[in-house]
Amino acid sequence: MIKIENISKSFDGVSVLENLNLYIRENEFLTLLGPSGCGKTTLLRILGGFEEPDTGRILFEGKDISLLAPNKRPLNTVFQKDTLFYHMSVADNIAFGLKIKGQTKSYIQDKVHYALHLVGLDGFGERFPDSLSGGQAQRIQIARAIVNEPKVLLLDEPLSALDLKLRQDMQYELIRLKEELGITFIYVTHDQEEALTMSDTIVVMNGGRIQQIGTPEDIYNEPQNAFVADFIGDGNIFDAIMIRDRLVQLLGAEFECVDTGFGEMNPVDVIIRPEDVELVSPEEGTITGVVTSVIFKGVHYEMDVLAHNYHWMAHSTKMAPEGSPVGIRIDPFNIQVMHKPIREDQETLVNE
Amino acid sequence: MNRIRRQRPALLAGPYLLWSVAFTLIPLVLIFWFGMTDADNHFTWSNLAAIGNSDNLKALALALLLAAIATVLCLLLAYPIALILAGLKSGKSALIAMLFILPMWMNFLLRTIAWQNLLEHNGVINTILKALHLPELILINTPGAVILGMVYNFLPFMILPLYTVISKIDREVVMAARDLGANSWQTFARITLPLSKPGIISGITMVFVPALTTFVITDLLGGGKIQLIGNTIEQEFIQGSSWHVGSGLSIVLMVFVIASMALIAKYDPQGTGTVIGGQR
Repeated sequence: MIKIENISKSFDGVSVLENLNLYIRENEFLTLLGPSGCGKTTLLRILGGFEEPDTGRILFEGKDISLLAPNKRPLNTVFQKDTLFYHMSVADNIAFGLKIKGQTKSYIQDKVHYALHLVGLDGFGERFPDSLSGGQAQRIQIARAIVNEPKVLLLDEPLSALDLKLRQDMQYELIRLKEELGITFIYVTHDQEEALTMSDTIVVMNGGRIQQIGTPEDIYNEPQNAFVADFIGDGNIFDAIMIRDRLVQLLGAEFECVDTGFGEMNPVDVIIRPEDVELVSPEEGTITGVVTSVIFKGVHYEMDVLAHNYHWMAHSTKMAPEGSPVGIRIDPFNIQVMHKPIREDQETLVNE
Repeated sequence: MNRIRRQRPALLAGPYLLWSVAFTLIPLVLIFWFGMTDADNHFTWSNLAAIGNSDNLKALALALLLAAIATVLCLLLAYPIALILAGLKSGKSALIAMLFILPMWMNFLLRTIAWQNLLEHNGVINTILKALHLPELILINTPGAVILGMVYNFLPFMILPLYTVISKIDREVVMAARDLGANSWQTFARITLPLSKPGIISGITMVFVPALTTFVITDLLGGGKIQLIGNTIEQEFIQGSSWHVGSGLSIVLMVFVIASMALIAKYDPQGTGTVIGGQR
């Protein structure tokens, strides 16, 4: 439905987006996920028409919309900041786009009513934005956008200003809204949990480039490089050597895995999720180590195991006491082998 | 210990309090005293009623008219400037804003006298016209010259509040309006203009009030041919006619100023633009 072709953008000589290509299907919930400065918001603004790309174009249902003014584009944006019009009532805010289009009064009234109902704020029409809470204001912003029946709704970290509980509630509301409306959502966030919860497709970005595109399961279970592995969820990431197909060496020990096609004796990165680190008796383990700390996390224990000079993070519902020797075993299926980064943006973040 | 601390903020207001009692409150009381009494210190309405005299009434009407025209011209000139300034990057806008504020660094009388030299019968403009063999113009001592003086002198007072308010409007709010389908003109009319109302109102107040009461500009550029209410009051005081009548007319003028500000405040329910607040 939307095709992004070779989009590049730089600000004052600093490159923000580098030759980006992306295809967005109709009716999907697509999330642009990445750390701040990765270019995700710039990409959204280019889609909305608030920034001009230096190169490349955007096709909407086959038509080039790159040069259209924002008001001529068949999409609407929900901004990160509260951008409600404070000199208008909530109803007038929602009606803004419809009034511009010259819709009839009764049509507008019905639409406003429906939109308020949809975001769960019936009866708020007569109020003014300064009497709304942050969550309510954000919902009105959404209502203001969707009354225009855009084919695509762009959402720029719309929940980042809300507290945790409200954010989680709103995540479910957004999913419900999307299903009710049947339109395409393009959602920008730096919150990996938010992305995993809501998306059909996640586009992980860093350094102005796409690192990986896939379903939440793909992204989590099969990260394609160290950056994605590190950014999504927790993980033990290793410098390793691919000895041959299905056999990898890390921390001096050899592990069986299921990956093929990485060559022989090639340096690779390996990620093992903490919940995939099996703690067994020392005799059963591929390698052995000592539990150095145990934290109770509610559903599971988070344990730090020092083995072969590496602090392994392990999640398990069974607790191994601090100081006890343990063996570590990994199911071959749970070892994810990745190519070494060829560019800086594919490496792990230093401070994460 | 606690008591001293709590009193401190109040103490800080002391110098200003003294100042305003000495130079605002007492003179105001004196004006009311003079305005409501005659030469024998008897109470009278006649000083206030002096406004009904046809010359004074004409001077007041002309002052209201010229001040209104000057205010409207200032608004029309200042709004686009403020809009452009607010749209510029901060470094550039500060520089250009300074260009507009620069004249304010020169003495008000000096600036007005400079205009006198430009507009005079044998002044700069007419000399140039003569050199070009074009017909000379009567510029000085016309209502137009007075309006010009008002606009020239008070324009910065319109630009500044407008610039301040417009530059505070969130760019993303404007972007949101565009996103919802408004073209640039609709965005201006429905978003920028209404959101800049507090600036418009304080700009109007800051231009209209001094323009209504001026006598210096009329003296210098009107050459005694244009008589505004400010000039009448000045003459009552300076040329020794009567402090009582002068004070009476001042009170009437003050009522007009307050009334016009109250009228403006009606369009500014938040009361952000004027001293007289609204009702919200």
